[in-house]
Amino acid sequence: MFKFIVRRLLLLIPILLGLSFLLFIWVRALPGGPATALLGERATPERVAQVNAAYGFDKPVLEQYFKYLGRVARFEFGQSITLRKDVTEELLRRFPATVELAAAAMVFAVGLGIPLGFAAAKRERSWVDSTAVVASLAGVSIPVFFLAQILKWIFALKLNWFPTIGRLQPTRELEHVTNFNLIDSVIALDGGAWVDTVKHLVLPGIALGTIPLAIIARITRASVLEVLNEDYVRTARAKGMSRRIVDRRHVLRNALLPIVTVVGLQTGLLLSGAVLTETVFAWGGIGQLLSGAVLDKDYPVIQGGVLFLAVVFVLVNLIVDVLYAVIDPRIRVR
Amino acid sequence: MRQGKKWVALALVSALAMAACGSDDKDGSDTTSASGGTTGGQAGGTLVFGTSSDPVVLDGAYVSDGESLRVIDQLFETLVTTVPGGTEIEPSLAKSWSASDDGTVWTFDLQTGVKFHDDTDFNAAAVCFNFDRWYNFTGVAQSAAVSYYWSTVFGGFSDGATPSLYKSCEAKDDATAIISLTAPSAAFLSGLAVSAFVIASPDALTKYEADKVGGTDDAPTFDGTFGTEHPVGTGPFKFDGWTPGDKLTIVRNDGYWGTKAILDKVIFKPIADGPARRTALETGEIQGYDLVDPADVTALADGGYQILKRPAFNVGYVGFNQAKPPLDNQKIRQAIAYALNRQALVTAKYPEGAEVATQFQPPSLFGWSADVPDYSYDPEKAKALIAESGVTDLTIEFYYPSDVSRPYMPDPTANFEAFKADLEAVGFTVVPKTAPWRSGYLDDVDAGNAQVYLLGWTGDYGDPDNFVGTFFRTPQVAWGFDNQEIFDALTAARDTADVAERTKLYEEANKMIMEFVPGVPYVHTEPSLAFAPGITGYTPSPVSLESFATVSLG
Repeated sequence: MFKFIVRRLLLLIPILLGLSFLLFIWVRALPGGPATALLGERATPERVAQVNAAYGFDKPVLEQYFKYLGRVARFEFGQSITLRKDVTEELLRRFPATVELAAAAMVFAVGLGIPLGFAAAKRERSWVDSTAVVASLAGVSIPVFFLAQILKWIFALKLNWFPTIGRLQPTRELEHVTNFNLIDSVIALDGGAWVDTVKHLVLPGIALGTIPLAIIARITRASVLEVLNEDYVRTARAKGMSRRIVDRRHVLRNALLPIVTVVGLQTGLLLSGAVLTETVFAWGGIGQLLSGAVLDKDYPVIQGGVLFLAVVFVLVNLIVDVLYAVIDPRIRVR
Repeated sequence: MRQGKKWVALALVSALAMAACGSDDKDGSDTTSASGGTTGGQAGGTLVFGTSSDPVVLDGAYVSDGESLRVIDQLFETLVTTVPGGTEIEPSLAKSWSASDDGTVWTFDLQTGVKFHDDTDFNAAAVCFNFDRWYNFTGVAQSAAVSYYWSTVFGGFSDGATPSLYKSCEAKDDATAIISLTAPSAAFLSGLAVSAFVIASPDALTKYEADKVGGTDDAPTFDGTFGTEHPVGTGPFKFDGWTPGDKLTIVRNDGYWGTKAILDKVIFKPIADGPARRTALETGEIQGYDLVDPADVTALADGGYQILKRPAFNVGYVGFNQAKPPLDNQKIRQAIAYALNRQALVTAKYPEGAEVATQFQPPSLFGWSADVPDYSYDPEKAKALIAESGVTDLTIEFYYPSDVSRPYMPDPTANFEAFKADLEAVGFTVVPKTAPWRSGYLDDVDAGNAQVYLLGWTGDYGDPDNFVGTFFRTPQVAWGFDNQEIFDALTAARDTADVAERTKLYEEANKMIMEFVPGVPYVHTEPSLAFAPGITGYTPSPVSLESFATVSLG
């Protein structure tokens, strides 16, 4: 197991090298550059040349790349051109916000999706099943920003139940220790802040979680259906085991494998920055940082950010693979 | 299945419970709503203001973006400033000033008894420290991405690579600062009101390494903490804290030398998404925001919110690149001017308050001429001019940006469609060319690839040179022409010291420009801000120099 984990982590190096090279070349091949993005209407050829010279963007691409690799080897990912802040610091500072949002979305998606899929499978072809299927389709099809607007309109504007922007009420102060507000409010023993954090997580969590919810519900339904038809389930019921115990001990556990895969993949995707959700809810996470950087051609942030997310994605997949072995002893990780 | 249903039920119940106990907290102890202020009276309270992004850094010399300047304007002050809501100059840290006969030596009498937020003294030495700091910028700090305003107003730096208007600063005594220029300049005073020239505490600038640029030659990094943690100025507000992506807080400066601010605290909350800003105002999470989408103005006003308009200080125009025939033919350019139905576009697609532009600067700025040639919509005249021109190939490439909303051009595609129809109606064949604003459009225009294009400009400070001088005082690839008469006229107008004389010269220049028709200006707009009911005291300014010190929650 340990060797397996180490080998997977070592694989990160060629992955990141290849990715960084492709990214470096590709991002510079796109029309426009940081200079025009920075200067806007004030751009003139002279000014653009001046900015490019100041940042070395007028040098040959390969030369730029090797200098960049040199800095990366010293763990210097540079500074954002538009924000003038350290790339690594910004990524690490904003990541907890994205993680909390992803966690809220997954709690919603898994908490609702698995029971929904399970219920649909048990009552195959009933109204419960049809509703679940249609709801999943709707969840996947509705654009996130549209859903976000509807949620805001109903639950914030009309009902006044939940806030619409940020992670905390702007007038509230909270000491940032980990940048995970849920943890920081516990550390500060601030119950009000904890409730405020949760309230701010509801609408964006639902908006972000509807797509994973739909996918998880469908996978659960399919997987449970398959297991329900297995011989050992019929045997267990025939032996007189209660339905509840059969469901828990035999059906769910065996159906879990594909569900875990999907949950893992979805988590990885969510962590890549729920760009639209973060923008619409002014969330201040990685997604918003990166999407802004792409528009602004902020090379250091794009390069650093994508590599960061690649690492996150590989780690999440690694955890999923390790979980397989835990769930199913038949699987040996070699 | 009972288990499944149990979870669903549990989730719903907890959500409801939270919402129920939640709605009490929201209007509770932390005041966010305007109607429920901390006290019954006028003083105090916290205002949460929605911005479109975080500032870059709180160091006036290093920025030119609106959000950085918005905060800088509360914490710092310049020697002179603009009257609230206008562009005329009035005293600020300098209570009076005079220029030598040749206009090159300016003597400023400074306010006395003023202290920076770190309790150090404001005096002439501090003024000169700041000016010399800017003049001595090197490397990346000289680029337009960093010190744009210095290069615009003064030109070059101490290294002499380009000539500079600035010569030196002398602190004659604590209350007298003498700034010497290399040439007379009447635009200098308006330029000084720009927020890039705020006076910061020399102590803080040094201690927190405002000018520290590290990294490598090709990957410079700004390492000082002056602009991110210790922006110390003399203004009516002091810096309290900044978490990028979350909020920036400023508090009243009780040691301020002038009229103290009314509010206790202002919190700037960055909300990039326009509709999200509007919703946040409507839920009470913020009490005001800038850059209101023109489409929202009526709905917000109907909902009881206050819409404040910034006096027009921009211009939207159709640009011509005369290096690309047939735009080098003056009759063709005039024909296009007559062919475009600018009034119809402004009436149909722009909010109330927008007006048709007749020249390349707004009416509120001196030098505007009521006597420029009139190109009111006249398609027959356009066709006649085309016939007279002798040009047979009437194909033109019309560039417009695909994905941006600018204050003078909220919907570029709509403008393009309208103009295309107008041009085709008089015989032109229009080839559309589009690219995203930051990914190719601006590059194409600047490189001279665009034959006819949509662009615009928002003024930086109250001087005509910042408008027509920027466009037409020197030859530029985007305009593609070489008209020495116009260059000379604008240079002479900029360099004349007497205001009355300058006004006349700019009026003449504007007439000359519009006869030449290097492009067709079509609109000046009034961008809006929205505030919750009851908020008073905010005065929008054409140059966006707006103070929160006079704002109260009502």
